[in-house]
Amino acid sequence: MTDWRAVRRLVPEVLGALVRRYGHFDACEDAVQEALVAATAQWPVQGWPANPRGWLVTVASRSLADQMRSDAARRRREEADAIRTPPPPAGGEVYPDLEARGPTGDDTLRLLFLCCHPALTPPSQVALTLRAVGGLSTAEIARAFLVPEATMAQRISRAKQRIKAAGASFDPPPPAEQAERLGVVLHVVYLVFNEGYTATSGARLVRAELTAEAIRLARELHRLVPGDGEVAGLLGLLLLTDARREARTAPDGSLVPLSEQDRTLWNTKAIAEGVALVTDSLSRGPIGPYQLQAAIAAVHDEAPTAEVTDWPQILALYTVLERVAPNPTVTLNRAVAVAKVQGPAAGLALLDALSADERISASHHLVSVRAHLLEMAGDHDAARASYQEAARRTTSEPERRHLLTRAARLG
Amino acid sequence: MKYMLLIYGNEEAFSSVGAETFAEIIRETDALNQELFESGELVGAYGVADQVNAKVVRVTGGTPVVTDGPYAEAKEYLGSFTIVDCDSRERALEIAARNPAARYWGVEVRPLMHEANVEP
Repeated sequence: MTDWRAVRRLVPEVLGALVRRYGHFDACEDAVQEALVAATAQWPVQGWPANPRGWLVTVASRSLADQMRSDAARRRREEADAIRTPPPPAGGEVYPDLEARGPTGDDTLRLLFLCCHPALTPPSQVALTLRAVGGLSTAEIARAFLVPEATMAQRISRAKQRIKAAGASFDPPPPAEQAERLGVVLHVVYLVFNEGYTATSGARLVRAELTAEAIRLARELHRLVPGDGEVAGLLGLLLLTDARREARTAPDGSLVPLSEQDRTLWNTKAIAEGVALVTDSLSRGPIGPYQLQAAIAAVHDEAPTAEVTDWPQILALYTVLERVAPNPTVTLNRAVAVAKVQGPAAGLALLDALSADERISASHHLVSVRAHLLEMAGDHDAARASYQEAARRTTSEPERRHLLTRAARLG
Repeated sequence: MKYMLLIYGNEEAFSSVGAETFAEIIRETDALNQELFESGELVGAYGVADQVNAKVVRVTGGTPVVTDGPYAEAKEYLGSFTIVDCDSRERALEIAARNPAARYWGVEVRPLMHEANVEP
């Protein structure tokens, strides 16, 4: 059986084993990647080892030892030049196979905290997490983000330097910081998902990997921190969103809005799992933004047709969400719910208030929601102008096409 | 999010700064590009070949027709461009401001259409 995905899943354990023994997260991380490259080259030819994890640990340890020896040799040369000290005898170092199996899930969690260190920018956190926890190669990550491999390699290497400079260790953050740091980890998993989910063409296949990886990470987190409602909420949100994937693009790659999707294409198994997660976590409180967003996604997913969507329930959830995590994007979504429940005029009034908020006033989202509500109100001329304006402002190509189509439909 | 930083000008504008200043601008630009590469933000930086090398391809009735670029009379043309992949629009503007060309000819900053749209 040759399942490279299963091999990638060993990466946190292998990396954790090395870091525990030798320290030097940055060097260990490189060594694990080298071991993966060696595995890709050797296993298909020489056959798969009986113990892939042990193989990877051994080969990565050797690679690390080589690297340290050559670093040491360089230092010795430099020192020898300076003070003429005879070098210590070379070779003979033994790096035993680290067979003792550590608490593996714990390593994944520690690595996630390390890769999502607050000293890094979100793009760096995402890249490092995909490599050190997801086991993706630099080339794969570069392809997914449509940047040259050298750019991605540099981003990852810089991220590791930053972590080192920040004095971060493999130890989990102190209890007082854990909640906040877990929040960063959840955000990174969310970004990985979003990057994969919003792709509709071109690199779609590579990016589908990102969606799957984000769900896998969220699942792993939920297994490790089962009592955290927000972790359950994030996993639920990703499952409930991903459940609609097949329905959200037409065969020509164009976007299909929620109200027009063929709901028979939705993944009922993912919906059932997501709904169960949300229901369970909401009953246990305290309630956070991921749980609320998941609950909203669940209400949409449970409606057999767009017409029977329980908008009063969605409006109530957005109202709570706005209180828990105030943010103009949430207000914008609430305006849509208000329009569905109380009529488009009430929704438009809310948008007028929002236009004063600098964080969103220039955004195409505000303009496209306005267009949608104007269309609901029957003001087709104004709606068309707003759709065109939103199309000018968006930086997403599929979204631009979608908005221009809406404008054209209004004649 | 990726941004394209474009520098427009013409022979007169590019040569008006003098050879020494021009060399300094290039040195400064190279140093900035190196820094952006090291931070993992540089996607690519390109000087655009002179307009005498520009060609335009048009397909008429299924046949490609190649002509010299119609830019000879244009007042300004694209001199060079850089693509960066950075965290925010503010960061892209900051990078543009550090480009020495911003002191002489201005740097146009355009977001590149992206498949993902994660910024609110």
